[in-house]
Amino acid sequence: MGISIEVNVNGEKRHSEVDARLLLVHYLRDTLGLTGTHVGCDTSNCGACTVLVDGKAVKSCTMLAVQANGAEVKTIEGMAENGELHPLQSSFKEAHGLQCGFCTPGMIMTAANLLERNSNPSEEEIRHALEGNFCRCTGYHNIVKAIQLAAQQLT
Amino acid sequence: MASLIGKPVKRVEDKRFITGKGRYTDDIVLPGMVYAYIIRSPYAHARINSIDTSAATAMDGVVAVFTGKDITGITGVPTGWQVNFKNGDTMKEPPHPLIVADKVRHMGDNVAVVIATSKELARDAADMVEVDYEELDAVADAVKAVAAGAPLVHDDVPNNIAFDFELGDKAKTDEMMAKADHITTLEFTNQRIIPNAIEPRCAIGDYNSATDRYTLYTTSQNPHLTRLLMCAFVLGIPEHKVRVVSPDVGGGFGSKIFHYTEEALMIWISQRIGRPVKWNSDRSEAFMTDAHGRDHITKAELGLDSEGNFLALRINTHANLGAYLSTFAPCVPTYLHATLLQGLYTTPAIYIDLTAAFTHTTPVDALRGAGRPEATFLLERIIENAAREIGMDPTELRRKNLIPPFDGVNEPGYQTQVALQYDSGNYEAVLDKALDMFDYKGFRERQKAAKAEGKLLGVGFSTYIEACGIAPSAVVGALGARAGLYESAQVRVQPTGKVSVYTGSHSHGQGHETTFAQIVADKFGINLEDVEVVHGDSEAVAFGMGTYGSRSLAVGGSAIMKSIDKVIQKGAKIAAHKLEANEDDLEFANGAWTVKGTDKSIGFGDIALTAYVPHDYPAGVEPGMDFASFYDPTNFTYPFGAHIAEVEVDKDTGKVKIVRYVAVDDVGNVINPMIVDGQLHGGIAHGIGQALLEGAIYDDDGQLINGSFMDYTMPRADDLPSFEVDRTVTPCPHNPLGVKGAGEAGTIASTPAIVNAVLDALSDYGIKDIKMPLTPERVWRAMQNGK
Ligand code: FES
Ligand code: FES
Repeated sequence: MGISIEVNVNGEKRHSEVDARLLLVHYLRDTLGLTGTHVGCDTSNCGACTVLVDGKAVKSCTMLAVQANGAEVKTIEGMAENGELHPLQSSFKEAHGLQCGFCTPGMIMTAANLLERNSNPSEEEIRHALEGNFCRCTGYHNIVKAIQLAAQQLT
Repeated sequence: MASLIGKPVKRVEDKRFITGKGRYTDDIVLPGMVYAYIIRSPYAHARINSIDTSAATAMDGVVAVFTGKDITGITGVPTGWQVNFKNGDTMKEPPHPLIVADKVRHMGDNVAVVIATSKELARDAADMVEVDYEELDAVADAVKAVAAGAPLVHDDVPNNIAFDFELGDKAKTDEMMAKADHITTLEFTNQRIIPNAIEPRCAIGDYNSATDRYTLYTTSQNPHLTRLLMCAFVLGIPEHKVRVVSPDVGGGFGSKIFHYTEEALMIWISQRIGRPVKWNSDRSEAFMTDAHGRDHITKAELGLDSEGNFLALRINTHANLGAYLSTFAPCVPTYLHATLLQGLYTTPAIYIDLTAAFTHTTPVDALRGAGRPEATFLLERIIENAAREIGMDPTELRRKNLIPPFDGVNEPGYQTQVALQYDSGNYEAVLDKALDMFDYKGFRERQKAAKAEGKLLGVGFSTYIEACGIAPSAVVGALGARAGLYESAQVRVQPTGKVSVYTGSHSHGQGHETTFAQIVADKFGINLEDVEVVHGDSEAVAFGMGTYGSRSLAVGGSAIMKSIDKVIQKGAKIAAHKLEANEDDLEFANGAWTVKGTDKSIGFGDIALTAYVPHDYPAGVEPGMDFASFYDPTNFTYPFGAHIAEVEVDKDTGKVKIVRYVAVDDVGNVINPMIVDGQLHGGIAHGIGQALLEGAIYDDDGQLINGSFMDYTMPRADDLPSFEVDRTVTPCPHNPLGVKGAGEAGTIASTPAIVNAVLDALSDYGIKDIKMPLTPERVWRAMQNGK
């Protein structure tokens, strides 16, 4: 009854047999144990589950695991390379862009996609890009600052 | 070594969160763990005629199905505070069962629980459970609930009144009000808001029949308090057999203080089925079951003399407590609200009469600010209207009535009309600084110019004071608290001079692991990396009262300070022996004990090692270097501030845009300004949410209409501006760090500042009030109905 899929997750090929109804977020969390991707809602509004699928920010609760067959998925666990934090990760720390940390992985993945599209976004563009990601802790102030800082470092 | 106190040290906890290695409760998977799905009432009020669980029970993979009838001998979760009626009658405290057996009393009430080997299966099986409900009339509004003939939430609570309450001098208030030249009246609702920490609640019960030990993993702001309530008052199991762990917690804002039914239920189920069991709240469940906040219906009158001096404040409030009394519920509208009605002002007579009502809605309890936002909103809104009515500038009216400065050391604290005594304050200073930052004069000119172009700009002010550092145990005990509100700390110096700190506070975003480490490293003169802060595990930390009411640093930090002192004192004894000096001749600074006036000294690490390898050791001194302390504050702490919002209202759509937001706060001494600013930002956003966007909507049948993120408008990044925050520093005179607390300040101040700003923008329309949240529709309608 399981459907066989092959997904490249954080650079590693994973073969799994999954239920047709399994959401990508649960595949990542429960099947692969990548618990850095979070679940904050059941209506695809909060963005805590955001990952990159073939380079695009996707809410992984809106997608079935089987739809990721053949895709490249990057989660927060795959952002650091060779022990070096991604500039977004270090800038979130530097600018105090996180408090409880629950929204943080989703914020970082969304921001990664933004900076891919627009290497020098204005404050307004950053705020607009984040509208699908909720944070209850920071008031977004330092998240915006963190993304600006990362943008500077990436260019 | 440079001092670490007052420095914006980057947070030590961040690395795990930015790399996906945080460990939240739902990340925990235990061997053999099964999953619980709770069937929730779709009705606000209904009789349960029958529940048929047979089809669900027969399904493959279903471990058990429990209903209220299965849970015998357990009354339910208690409240932690007792506020009796004005006439001395005992507060009504109906049971809050783990699963209801006969009747549901709010949408989301627990009806049955299905346990299965996967989450999906538990949910599928829940669909097979048939519940026969007989729907009954419901009431969701606190004023309607206490009216004659309203449907009763609990059969034995007449008129749905949990208790009534008064504070202040009624006779004097009436007398002063009668003398007033002008009375401003305001009737309003401080609407119900839903906490929505982004991490939903989660609980795992794990019973080990071989050791007869229980472990509860839970999303709690206070694991020890949860353990105490659950063991002693709910399940009757011995505390020493129970471990409660709150690992990383994704925000709380009050909603994770309370001991919830699901926590006790998971422990009970785990014991019954002999396997670990996890319940993880859906967001939809969170909307219906996380305790809500606010929900006051108020009539307020402010009496002024002809010069604008406040003479009297008279208030009547109905507070909605929901269907059951949550852990702190009785204290929020009373001792965290009524006691703050003095604000920063010298009002000589204040009286509040309050009725606390049960309704067929989700329980209401502390939510970021808890009572203090309601008090501040009331004061700052009515003052704003008074200023408009008597034609005085709103900043001048406030200034005229401010309490003069006092430091609480040379000058005594300020005795309010409503029981509290403020610790220290310099209130005009925050107002002046905020006005300066904002350039108020310049604004009025810009406003005029904008108006000429047909644009509606407005400015709104609010000042606030809050009672934090909760709280002196004897005081709260006299007011009905069923627990003390001290904090515990243990500072364990390891043999190599590294330090482990165990705190009863709990961090769910506040950065304790950094702030507390800064204090310890600074006082011991060691590196920040050599200090590790441990919290959230009742097995590791001896005891604790947790984190809420902006208490962690003022109370928890003070407990750590006591242990630090004990370490330094014991170290001096050992150092005196090693240096062959008199203990009194030693001083401790920069990580070493030195004989005053000499270069003879011995370092912290050497003394630590000696304490654990006591070969050459003073007689009569115990080995080891490990000190526990409890700190019980002597007073609350009283942070204060002044906030200013500038808004632009779109004439055609009624949409409010926040142009600038300026905040000057005085939270006493600051250990980590970066973290304090972050707390302010988050708080301000939360309060803006209430002003412009958020509000639970119940219909007359008690249905929560907007119980999802699709319908309940959370503040998003593009709803908010960047904030301009600054501070003044008036140290708290009664705790060793001089700190006051920062977690709730922003929320308390921002809501009225925003509403006042919108009304200022619309000053030509003759509008007295607009109901929160100030949605474009409401603002637009107000403009259409205005002149
Ligand atoms: S969990 Fe995917 S958007 Fe909320
Ligand atoms: S940091 Fe807590 S929700 Fe964003």
